[in-house]
Amino acid sequence: MKIHEYQSKQLFSEYGIPIPRGGVAETPESAKAVAETLGGFPAAVKAQIHAGGRGKGGGVKIANNTEEVVRHAEDIIGMNLVTHQTGPAGQPVKRVLIEKGLNIAKELYLSLMADRESAGIMIMASEAGGMDIETVAAETPEKIIKVSVNPLTGIYPYHCRKVAFGLGLDKELIKSFSRMLTSLYRLFVDRDCSLVEINPLVITEDRELCALDAKINFDDNALYRQKEVAEMRDLDEEDSLDVEASKYNLNYINLDGTVGNMVNGAGLAMAVMDTIKLAGAEPANFLDVGGGATAEMIENGFRIILSDKKVKAILINIFGGILRCDVLAKGVVEAAKNTQIDVPLVVRMEGTNVEEGRRILAESGLDLQTAGDLRDAGQKVAALVAA
Amino acid sequence: MSIFVNADTRVVVQGITGREGQFHARQCIEYGTKIVAGSTPGKGGQKMDEVPVFDSVEKAVAETEANCSLIFVPPPFAADAIMEAADAGVDLIVAITEGIPVLDMMRVKHYLNTKTPRLIGPNCPGIITPGAAKVGIMPGPIHKPGGPIGVVSRSGTLTYEVVYQLTRQGIGQTTCIGIGGDPVNGTNFIDCLEAFEKDPETKGMVMVGEIGGSAEEQAAEYIKQNVSKPVVSFIAGMTAPPGRRMGHAGAIISGGAGTAQGKVEALKACGVHVCEDLGRIGEFCAKVF
Repeated sequence: MKIHEYQSKQLFSEYGIPIPRGGVAETPESAKAVAETLGGFPAAVKAQIHAGGRGKGGGVKIANNTEEVVRHAEDIIGMNLVTHQTGPAGQPVKRVLIEKGLNIAKELYLSLMADRESAGIMIMASEAGGMDIETVAAETPEKIIKVSVNPLTGIYPYHCRKVAFGLGLDKELIKSFSRMLTSLYRLFVDRDCSLVEINPLVITEDRELCALDAKINFDDNALYRQKEVAEMRDLDEEDSLDVEASKYNLNYINLDGTVGNMVNGAGLAMAVMDTIKLAGAEPANFLDVGGGATAEMIENGFRIILSDKKVKAILINIFGGILRCDVLAKGVVEAAKNTQIDVPLVVRMEGTNVEEGRRILAESGLDLQTAGDLRDAGQKVAALVAA
Repeated sequence: MSIFVNADTRVVVQGITGREGQFHARQCIEYGTKIVAGSTPGKGGQKMDEVPVFDSVEKAVAETEANCSLIFVPPPFAADAIMEAADAGVDLIVAITEGIPVLDMMRVKHYLNTKTPRLIGPNCPGIITPGAAKVGIMPGPIHKPGGPIGVVSRSGTLTYEVVYQLTRQGIGQTTCIGIGGDPVNGTNFIDCLEAFEKDPETKGMVMVGEIGGSAEEQAAEYIKQNVSKPVVSFIAGMTAPPGRRMGHAGAIISGGAGTAQGKVEALKACGVHVCEDLGRIGEFCAKVF
């Protein structure tokens, strides 16, 4: 789960991690009120959306007085911001973060992330602050400092020193940097983060550290024990169909093609998308209804797929095994009737009583074809959307 | 004849009194697996069908000589269950549970480094040596006993599809292992490939991977250096969009890394036979093996 920059900075604040002076505003009037508390200019007015690349898209502007803050707020709030991460449709901006400018002496990069290789929390830092870290990693990997922390022991001063020395910080800054890094680590563990990123982390001319930007992602699996975090979710930032699917506990991702598909199991669902593509068509979605695949899940799956108007045909692939295909077939027929399905359907199922299942499908009166195997299924559905 | 589990494997099921645990314990028993005990705190002394239930894994091991634990405990309590099993002295822990917080699994992983048991999973279908023992949730009848192929995969139903096609081609399996779809797991591809390489009955291997992480790339390098038997591989997610978690917590392309294309290239470069069409992986294997 992702949150906004201003929410990330609120969390930073709770943990004593320095952030610029400022506040969030949903209207130009409240932007004015925030501007009057800054105690000086220039100030940055920053669009609050989850996607990156806001500056280039015109979502970050500099103001030299309160009037300019209000004007920028008027321009940005309500705009449809298009960045390389939002896609061409863009994302409407609901609020701005207004922050007092800093006298920047140096910009650094700092992040913590859950690292699968070391099964630890990986601290990454670089002197190339403000740049895209993936570009730095590709072009000058030697400029990135990496330190993995064992979650059983937690962070120790030597971890911090190692990062600080790597960044070439002097003795005085090492102290404040270590304090900040330790707090970030605590935040990461307390709140079940998967990523905490500060880019750039600024050293001011007064030799103080300050998080100019802030990005936090959370582990979805841990949200059950992070109620406060879960409340920060902004559903407007997510695809409406994805949100709808998550209410039914379905794993759904909307894509650009025309073949709706429903599969039990994530790996098989990906492979079915690939099969559709190999057969010459494009998948309209990823949808995993879970390894078990009950009739109720299938009905919900139909509802989600059918609300996507791009869909011209649907492929269902259920590898039951333990599930009985006759029960499954009845579920598919029932679900199709309940949802008044209006596009052709190809069903491939495997498991106990598969012949009986196919008979039930054939006699259902639905616009439906059964497929003998996966390849057959892909070809049949591709032929349907090509017609 | 097999790796990690065989006809002598004695299983304690953690969470045997829950809905999932009960259903799958019965399925395992029906397959012929020696389910010798169950464990649910507070339900010691009860029975699930004929299986005695104990308050702790330690007691179950002491009373029944169980040497393997199969875990169906819900995510909030799963890390606890895995560490309890490790302390109770079983040799193998198979964790089916999906949705364990990654920080919990990182701690478990480091904890297990100080212990002897092998962990398979979590978020996996388990392990089966066809005809001998099924320790997991996979459908038994799609498998064909007697080898000669070992199967290892990050996925559940995708593995069933592959195994089903092998069986339809008349190709049996020595052992099939699902290592799980989480970013932090126990046994990895290389552990399984190494064991299959040493197993005299296994004549070839199928490795089923997917997007995310670099386990397939590392396995490719390992195969090139250490595996003499033929390896077939399939990688799911050629059409997966970057930056989106594809169902499995570990299945995500991030920062351009972990793509299916990258994995396929790495595997091919190391002499692995990569099948790009899941619909014909059975025929593909029949040609290679």
